Amino acid sequence: MQRIVLIAVPYFWLVALFLVPFLIVLKISLSDPALAIPPYAPTLDLAAGWQGFLEFLRALDLDNFVFLTEDDLYWKAYWSSLKIAFTATFITLLVGYPIAYAMARSAPEWRPTLLMLVILPFWTSFLIRVYAWMGILSSEGVLNQALMWLGLISDPLTILNTNIAVYIGIVYTYLPFMILPIYSGLERMDDSLIEAAEDLGASKLGAFWLVTFPLSVQGVIAGCFLVFIPTIGEFVIPSLLGGSETLMIGKVLWEEFFNNRDWPVASAVAIILLLILVIPIILFQRNEQKAREADQ
Amino acid sequence: MVNSTSFAPWNDPHAKPLIQFKNVTKRFGAFVAIEDLTQDIFAQEFFALLGPSGCGKTTMMRMLAGFETPTQGQILIDGQDMANVPPNKRAVNMMFQSYALFPHLSVWENIAFGLKRDGKSKSEIETRVAEMLRLTRLEKFKSRKPHQISGGQRQRVALARSLAKGPKLLLLDEPLGALDKKLREETQFELMDIQEKTGTTFVIVTHDQEEAMTVASRVAVMDEGRIVQVDTPDKIYEEPNSVYVADFIGDVNLLRGQATARKDGSGDGGISIAWAMEQPDLIASNADQALTNKSVTLALRPEKVAISKERPPEDGPSGINALEGTVIDIGYLGNLSTYHVQLADGTMIKAQATNTRRVARRDISWEDTVWVSFTTTAGVVLEG
Repeated sequence: MQRIVLIAVPYFWLVALFLVPFLIVLKISLSDPALAIPPYAPTLDLAAGWQGFLEFLRALDLDNFVFLTEDDLYWKAYWSSLKIAFTATFITLLVGYPIAYAMARSAPEWRPTLLMLVILPFWTSFLIRVYAWMGILSSEGVLNQALMWLGLISDPLTILNTNIAVYIGIVYTYLPFMILPIYSGLERMDDSLIEAAEDLGASKLGAFWLVTFPLSVQGVIAGCFLVFIPTIGEFVIPSLLGGSETLMIGKVLWEEFFNNRDWPVASAVAIILLLILVIPIILFQRNEQKAREADQ
Repeated sequence: MVNSTSFAPWNDPHAKPLIQFKNVTKRFGAFVAIEDLTQDIFAQEFFALLGPSGCGKTTMMRMLAGFETPTQGQILIDGQDMANVPPNKRAVNMMFQSYALFPHLSVWENIAFGLKRDGKSKSEIETRVAEMLRLTRLEKFKSRKPHQISGGQRQRVALARSLAKGPKLLLLDEPLGALDKKLREETQFELMDIQEKTGTTFVIVTHDQEEAMTVASRVAVMDEGRIVQVDTPDKIYEEPNSVYVADFIGDVNLLRGQATARKDGSGDGGISIAWAMEQPDLIASNADQALTNKSVTLALRPEKVAISKERPPEDGPSGINALEGTVIDIGYLGNLSTYHVQLADGTMIKAQATNTRRVARRDISWEDTVWVSFTTTAGVVLEG
């Protein structure tokens, strides 16, 4: 009995907060837009009984999904989101790995402080931090003023409202998600493994590629997924830092929903996005499973 | 070692040492780990560095491997100064205390790691790894990962990996520390066997004196960054040069007193030691009379002290040094028993006797009044 209650709690949570909302979104994606409140039809009228329910089911169709394939805006946005997420994840890895490595190699008494510094940005609102980047990157912003004051440039650089600003925003925001899993992998590593590799004839670089990196690869994979998965659907960063050329599916979704008030198409976009994300999420879970098995 | 009588290059003034420490000092900040150390180690030796933790033995080994560089002085291997040679360029391999096996590689790949770094051909690597697997009896486990084998097997993989490149010098850092006692004893003999088969020079670091005595051709006893004594195991045990060494190696009775030249007319020489009120002076006929009037310590191994219920006859060999006391404690070790005997003045003397009879028939028991006695050459007289 106790066991059932214990298991029931997380299941209830998942059903109430994930499965039910998903089914609602799925249902809306199969509906048609309508000038009504809510802005779609049909709506389920339980008073109409069984006949009414069949009527309701018959009114659902896949028109919105067909529409997504007809307008090339959507697949371009998906494709562009994937590209941006992939590139941003790679840059985050390039920036995050050396930081995680340095942290794991630092004196043990420094590590809690460094870890704290990595997590510290989470203490302020994400939105405020993105706005702060607007202040830094705009043409009259801190960065341009500093560069001009140093005499490195004579005209301000256009960074804000470009893809570069989007990459900066994503790398900045998701860096801790990359650093932490890599750090935890590297920190557990026995230093004598590196010494053993050098003792057996490997150079410092060789020891890194043959021992350190393979042993941290689980953390690298985990970090990449933790950055990649939320980045695909990212909305705030491209809409605040990106420009007109920045095409991301999160932004498209927002516009469908709020500007066009086309809830059914917006829902269809969300369903497809979820289907795209299922693949990396399953791969991520499998990686975690493998890491757990290796630990035992 | 069995052949220690024939193998003794340290006694040959023409022998060329493989390793030379020349006035080596190593400091970590203000802490002096090694102080002005000069020591030669010869090819094919099994050299043990023995001492308590923090005595500098590990630092000495890490300097040989190249993980630390001396603050002052020189280390030569095969006549070549090692100052600017990094660890991966030395013909020295190390077996780590934690074994440091690469967890993502199989046993085979672990052993092949060093050979691959040398750019050996595939067939050469295959042959050499197979040879090492055979030497360490690991053929069956070659495709397992380190976490899939036992502690003793891991120890052998570590040994095979460090021997694979055929180093001039193999360093072993507390190699048997993680094994249980029975396995450790077996492995000690295996190590000696492998050392003899391969002819490699072994330097072993250990805090376990029994281990050092068993495996080594020479033992260096270290204390606070210095080597106190270097000698063959039997000499270290029988002829310690200081109270520190006598006390560190094995069990010992230390009796402090004042030495006087022996004047009993027997003409045997040696000294007599006045060591406690109301106790007879102790006679040490093997001691140097130059110690006269100095304070000395008589170091006496428990197994060289006899225990009996009756006073041994005065004219017998152990009748000269005989002390009366009471049995306080008996340590039963199976084959031996150690008797803790308290003398009238409170001094405790440990005497060891072989249990030739069954325990039930032992004639000495707790609270018994007994005599402990030893010959005039049983002990070693040390200054201080």
